[in-house]
Amino acid sequence: MTDATLTHATPQGTSVTTEPRLFRWLLTGTVLALMAVLLFAPLLVVFVEALGDGIAVALQSLAMPDARSAILLTLTVAVIAVPLNAIAGIAAAWAITKFEFRGKAFLITLIDLPFSVSPVVAGLALVLLFGANSTFGAWLVANDMRIVFAFPGIVLATMFVTFPFVARELIPVMIEQGRAEEEAALTLGAGGWRVFLTVTLPNIRWALLYGVLLCNARAMGEFGAVAVISGKIRGETTTMPIMIEMLYNEYLSVAAFALAAVLALLALLTLVLKSLLEWRHAGLLAATRRH
Amino acid sequence: MRSLSLRAPSAMPGFGISFGILMAVLSVVVLLPIAALLGRGLLIGPADLWDMVNSRRIGNALVLSFRAALVAALFNLVFGLALAWVLVRYEFWGKRVIDAAVDLPFALPTAVAGIALTTLYAPSGVFGQALAPFGIQVAYTELGIWTALIFVGLPFVVRTVQPVIAELDAEVEEVSATLGAGRAHTLRRVVLPTLTPALLTGFALALARSVGEYGSVIFIAGNIPNLTEIAPLLIVIRLEEYDYDAAAAIGIAMLFISFAMLLAINLIQIWSRRRIGLV
Repeated sequence: MTDATLTHATPQGTSVTTEPRLFRWLLTGTVLALMAVLLFAPLLVVFVEALGDGIAVALQSLAMPDARSAILLTLTVAVIAVPLNAIAGIAAAWAITKFEFRGKAFLITLIDLPFSVSPVVAGLALVLLFGANSTFGAWLVANDMRIVFAFPGIVLATMFVTFPFVARELIPVMIEQGRAEEEAALTLGAGGWRVFLTVTLPNIRWALLYGVLLCNARAMGEFGAVAVISGKIRGETTTMPIMIEMLYNEYLSVAAFALAAVLALLALLTLVLKSLLEWRHAGLLAATRRH
Repeated sequence: MRSLSLRAPSAMPGFGISFGILMAVLSVVVLLPIAALLGRGLLIGPADLWDMVNSRRIGNALVLSFRAALVAALFNLVFGLALAWVLVRYEFWGKRVIDAAVDLPFALPTAVAGIALTTLYAPSGVFGQALAPFGIQVAYTELGIWTALIFVGLPFVVRTVQPVIAELDAEVEEVSATLGAGRAHTLRRVVLPTLTPALLTGFALALARSVGEYGSVIFIAGNIPNLTEIAPLLIVIRLEEYDYDAAAAIGIAMLFISFAMLLAINLIQIWSRRRIGLV
């Protein structure tokens, strides 16, 4: 507020709380130029390469059996992994924000752990636990439960890398909202589930959507962890990012970039929805993003 | 009595079920696999583990991953600060779009970023051709790895520093100016120290992310052993050779680097909270 009145009181460019006009122009120009080179050029080249031979060729390559099965697999994995992580994230936020217990800070660190572990290391860890090389894994294989180089492994790898998203978004929001409303509902005789569904959930719905949105974007695009655990069996365990790698390495550039363009469109859609949420419901999202 | 129980009494229902769901999913998905990796390390033994990590190829890969991540995070430290400052303090056309676009590297799958950057910087690509007369080759050299890691780590510093700049008290800068400080002096001695904890947090987050990055790097790196072969790629190579011990050794080394950085981030935050009560 004081900032606004100040800039009005003094002519543009001479305020003591801003930099000289030439400096402002140079800095803005440099930053925008770097954004163009570092971010917009790579995004643009995806669409240019995908449509290089015309949109018909791009669509045709998306209709090929390999591409179709990759799209279907990626969607199926997300449909299973994202809701499971949403449930775990809600449970985590409830346990952490509604109760006091020992080791809470350590538990939060464990929830955040996947963000600082390399996706490849995550895939490796899953292979070592569930793969045929371990006792447990050998037992699983003997009982006809394949996890590594199969669908369940891809789901687990995806869940590993996206585990923190929902909890991390919900915890600050639920801490800020406190427990008073839930306690009032309990006093009035509502049961636990009813309190959650009619009091908590409406309060956290936008934050939950925000977390799910980020979780989904990462789930559909995950590469490193899935690359390790999927075994890259063509048409069976090849998700869209894995298929992009295979096509690219086979010099099928248009097909690779056509699939990449689909994921890039999904990323753009995610950014648009995310920005809409930030503009419309800023007050109901995690405090760190309010600016 | 109370000090004996692990949980303080509460009227809230649902501790058992929420804690149970959390621990079940967390254990199966994250904790047990990590334990299996560390367990494998114990079976190999510390001496053999150390020998493997110390071998030329693995050592080079680990050093390269860390060095490239450091260069990229340093670039993003400076660029991220400039970008956050411009986004909060200056007005220009299309600001909202630029602000939203900062998160593109979070949303765009790494494999997509990888093939796009490679196409741009390859000798036949738009940027590759433009840089060739200057004798600069980006693709298939360490420069390419830096480029990919700069892309991946770009949002971290911006997103940690931006809210702190937004909450800066303009009066402090006014006072500094009234007391005779020039703008440059105010920025360096008054504003920058306030931003330091957020800058360090963003830097550490970008570094942690870049050290383990795989998808965006492997296409542009060229993957020449000892030169442009990053540690995560070497894990994939060892796994494809069914050399689980070597893969586990690299994985454990990377895990320890991650833990060290996680610890550093937490220490920075504790330090900054004590110092100025921010973040």
